Formats: sequence, C-alpha cells, structure tokens
Amino acid sequence: MNPQDKKKLLDLMLKIRTVEEKIVEVYDRDQQMRTPTHLSIGQEAVAAALSLALTPGDQVFTGHRCHAAYLARGGDFQGFFDELCGRKTGVCQGRAGSAHLTDPAAGIFSSPILSAMMPVAVGAAMSFKMDANPQVAVAVFGDAAIEEGVFAESVNFAVTNHLPVLFLCENNLYSTHTPLSARQPKSPIFERMSIPEMKGQQLDGNDACLLYEKLHAAISHVRQLKGPLFIECLTYRVREHVGPSFDFDRGYRSQEEVEHWMERCPVALLTKQLIKENMLTASEAEAMRVHWKNKSDKAYEAALQAPWPEAADLEQFVY
Amino acid sequence: MKRQLNYCQAISEALVQGMEAHANAFLFGLGVDDCRGIFATTLEANRRFGPSRVFDVPASENALTGIAIGAALNGKHPILVHARNDFMFLALDQMVNNAAKWKYTYAGKSAVGMTVRAIVGKGWGQGPTHSQNLQAVFSHFPGLIVAAPSNAYDIKGLILKSLTEKNPVVIIEHRSLYYLSMPVPEEIYHVEFGKARIWREGKDLTIVATSVMVPEALKAAQVLSGHGIDIEVIDPVTIQPLDEATILHSVQKTGRLICADGDWLQCSFASEVAARMADKAFHDLKAPIKRVGWPECPAAVSKTLEENFHPTHKNIIRAALEILDKSISIPDADTKDTFVGPY
Repeated sequence: MNPQDKKKLLDLMLKIRTVEEKIVEVYDRDQQMRTPTHLSIGQEAVAAALSLALTPGDQVFTGHRCHAAYLARGGDFQGFFDELCGRKTGVCQGRAGSAHLTDPAAGIFSSPILSAMMPVAVGAAMSFKMDANPQVAVAVFGDAAIEEGVFAESVNFAVTNHLPVLFLCENNLYSTHTPLSARQPKSPIFERMSIPEMKGQQLDGNDACLLYEKLHAAISHVRQLKGPLFIECLTYRVREHVGPSFDFDRGYRSQEEVEHWMERCPVALLTKQLIKENMLTASEAEAMRVHWKNKSDKAYEAALQAPWPEAADLEQFVY
Repeated sequence: MKRQLNYCQAISEALVQGMEAHANAFLFGLGVDDCRGIFATTLEANRRFGPSRVFDVPASENALTGIAIGAALNGKHPILVHARNDFMFLALDQMVNNAAKWKYTYAGKSAVGMTVRAIVGKGWGQGPTHSQNLQAVFSHFPGLIVAAPSNAYDIKGLILKSLTEKNPVVIIEHRSLYYLSMPVPEEIYHVEFGKARIWREGKDLTIVATSVMVPEALKAAQVLSGHGIDIEVIDPVTIQPLDEATILHSVQKTGRLICADGDWLQCSFASEVAARMADKAFHDLKAPIKRVGWPECPAAVSKTLEENFHPTHKNIIRAALEILDKSISIPDADTKDTFVGPY
C-alpha cells in the first residue's frame, strides 16, 4: 500500500470518527437529532478501507449502522447533518434519518431491516452484469443479518449466477444486546459461509491497511466476474447499540471487554503505524482531526439554521 | 369482427409488445422459461427474447423482489412473476419495507419501477394456501400500485402501462379469468391507473366488484334486470390508486351499494369502499351497504366446501334483494365455470 493511500485511509477514518464524536457531543445535550442513531465508533476501518478500494461507479448497500459507509463513500456531507437534524436540506429531505442514509450519486444506499439490502445489492450486481458494466455491488451487514432468511436466498442467487457482488460482514459480536454465542454456532462465521463456489475469509476488522489490501484484491476478483466472495471482519461497537452513550451498566458486556477493544481502536492503530513508518507526525495527524472537527462543527451549526420540511412536503414522493 | 383474445393471450401479447418497446425490461420468476410458461403467458416472450431477458430463478421470493429493486434502481424494468399469489407472503419484507417506500424515503432521488405479476387460484381444490388474494395487503401500504384486472383488455393495457411506471406495480391476476375472451386491440395501448370502468349503467343499485367478481356481478345484474331491477356495475380496475369519484357519483345516483370481493371481508377492499361511501355518501344512501366476500375461514379443498366458500352471482343477488327488500327465486342456470382443470 502506498503512503498516499495510507494517509487517505487515515483521513477517511478520522472523518468518520470525528463526525461520530460530534454526534456524541450534541445528541443528548441539544435534542436536535431526533432519529435513532447507530454510531460507527470502533468500526471505521472496514468502511474506510472498502471505500478506498472501490471506484466511483460501484454501489454499496448497507444497514442501520450506515454512517461510516456513507461518510467514507463521500455521501453529501452537509446533507448528512441536515438529515440527522430532520431538515428539508437533508440528503433525503428528512425522510430517511440516520438509519436509511442514502445518496445515489455517491453509490451508497441504506435500509435498516438487517438483511434488507442484501438482495438489492445482488440485483444491482445482476444489472451490472447484464449491461457488461465493470461495476461491483457490495452488501455490508452485521453478524445478525446472516440469521435472516433473505441472506441465504441472496447468496444462493449471486453464486448461481456468478454476479459481481461482495458480501462483507462486520462481526461486532452483538445484535443489540444479544451476544453472538446465543445466536449462532461456535464455528467462525466465515467458515460456515464458505462453500466451494464462494470462498469465505476472515480479517482483522480493525487493521485498516490489511483490510484495504484484502478488500482491494477481493473487489478485483469480483469485478472480473470470478464469483461472489464472503468476507468476515472482526470488529467491535464501542458505544451502545443505538444512541451516543457507553453501556457498561447494562450487564450484557463488561467494561473490561470494551476497554480491551478500545485498546485496539482502529484509528489509533493506524495513526501509530503511520507515525512509526515516518509517513506522518503526531501534529499532522492532529491537524487532520481538527480539519474534520471544524467541518463537523460548521456543518452542525448550519444544519440547525437549515429550513424544516413543511406540512405540504409530507405526501410528496409517495408516487 | 374485432379480434378476440382471452386473458391469458392478452398477458402474453402485452409481455411481448412491452419487452419489444422497452429494451430495459426483463422477465423472471420460477418457471417463466419452462415448457408450461406460467400457464402459457410467458411462452412467446421466451421464444422471442431468450435467456438474456427471460430467465428462470431459484424459489426465493423475498430475494427476487430485492433483486428486482436493485436492478430497477439501475435503470432496468423487472417483471417478476409469482405463479401463486400466496408465495408473495414470503416477499412481504422486500415489497413493503423496501419497494413501497423506496422513492419516498430517498426523496425521489432513486425510484424502483417494477412489475409484479401475482396469480390468484380458485377451484380445482386450490385449498388453503393456493387461492388467497393479497390485494388488500398490498394496497394497505402507500407507494405500491395495485391492479386487479377483470378482463383481457384491461390486463394487456395495465401490463403495458406498468412498464412506464416508476413505482412498483402489483398486478393481481385471477386464474379463473384466463379463458374469458373479448375484443383486444392489436396495438400497444395503456389502461390508466385510478380510472374505474362502468360496465353497466343502472339507477337502482351500485355493485363495486373486482377481478373475478366482475363477471359474477354482471351475471347478477342480468338476472335482476329481468325482474325490473336496474343495476350499475363498477370495476375499479386498480385498487390503489382508487377512483373514488366514479364510485361516489354512482352511489349518489343509486343510493344503494354492494361491494363484491374475492377476499375475506375483514379489513378488505370491500370494507374500504364501504367505509368511504359511509363517510362521503351517507346522506345519499337509501339502505345499508352490503359486502359480499369469503366466509371467515380458510379455503378448503373438497368440491362441496369450495362451492360454499367462493361467492357467486347468487350471493350478490341475495344481497341486492335484501337491500331492495324484494323476493324472487334465484335461477340456477348460467353458472357454468369456464375453467377446465387441471391447474
């Protein structure tokens, strides 16, 4: 991986982290983002590496925890804050909120019924193949999404028809408060999802450079119509399932477990690595963070000044 | 004499002409390219366009619906076929959570024009899970267009119209109507959504009937006319959008209403029309509104149970006589089913 790409990767991850921290700062305090919000803090590496490995025409389909993928893919930045604040200038004019963030121009689509976007990704891939377009579709989903039936249907269809689609699972160990061990057999997900026609692999979801290299290779495999792939990324959601807080007090996971994963913070790991490789100084990294902090502050303030949708807008776009 | 086509032939012609006119349209569903071709409706399209545009699929109703969405948002117009309406319960997640809301949620930046053909079975022991009608289910959710064509002319025009739509269109076909013929133009034409058809004008009583109940309503009207009772028969053609104005105008004229539906009545289309007329035509009504539909039990297989399950023109006549407070003996004649088994 070349130094510019490594820096780009860090920049994307800092963008996601800083925006999410802005939400943490204002969510409860200001009561302006009245939308159930699933933060991506701790899971930035997957989305950043994926987006860097894709080309502009590719399409990403994801679920409720969509901020990271939306921001990494370059979804409208001001439109993001406006959408979370329910404003007419939001990317979806205040209809979508946090869990359906979608900007077709940036190739990012989200819908929160865990597996809902998997077949849509497969359908996009089918249309790319029909038109002999060298585009790929990526379905990004959590570990619980594979428990829903349409996952099996989607994989079966994609594999049978050799479609250019990548199934990318962010295994963060929990579905809301229910641990993976209560929901699935002990064997690793990628092994269970691996079949002769679709190789599964497991990656460290907090190692951004490794993810980039592996995802880049996987996407090029998929783009060449060599068949769908399934990749499981081991990562961790640091904040509560929905909302801005920590949730040590809820008894479903320990503070030690969260702290263990925070020591493996993907943003800190990559920053440290780039400094160690002399590609970056600590103050340069801080400048990158401050850049996104300023942009987030400004975008949030602008969102609060943006116009609300009007009553007459309510029934627009149904048909 | 004008050219006649039956319902089945009209579907086939609409698919061929529509796919010819719309290069982005493709046809998929379990069995669309097999030797039977969905009761012969897809044989000609398959012959004409071949496997790149007419293709078989796994039995994955929900995923296929999502796949249609993914293709549609990239400019395709999928035509998805469910040989039995009942299997669409497996597709409700994608139909309702994604397709119906797509354009709205994403503020019109992305839309999913697609056509879903879903066939309702009846008779020949179709039984509990092969003869249900999901028209009311789908028309409950804003964003879907739901058509329930009763005849060959309408189904051809509706399929062709659906290929120009940017919303998902569910066309509820009825297998019992497949061999009913009527004049159907050879050229491409569109049947508008939300425009009801008045099959017969009358001054005494309005019958609003959909799909398979339209021929029954017309039979009932014919019998009653022999007794000096003048029936108006309205076929809404599409249930969503609904041409409320035409129904309202008729009820204001006749003051009496029967809603006849091939469905259970609880939360049904018949109930919806009844509610709207109770709301908007209350002072024009001369008698209570009656609904004719299925009894509150699943469909059974046995012939005698089946005969008691599906309402016919006789049920409509009985309801009409009750409303009009009249009594005649209801003839048995003219009840022969045009459908020849097996399915």
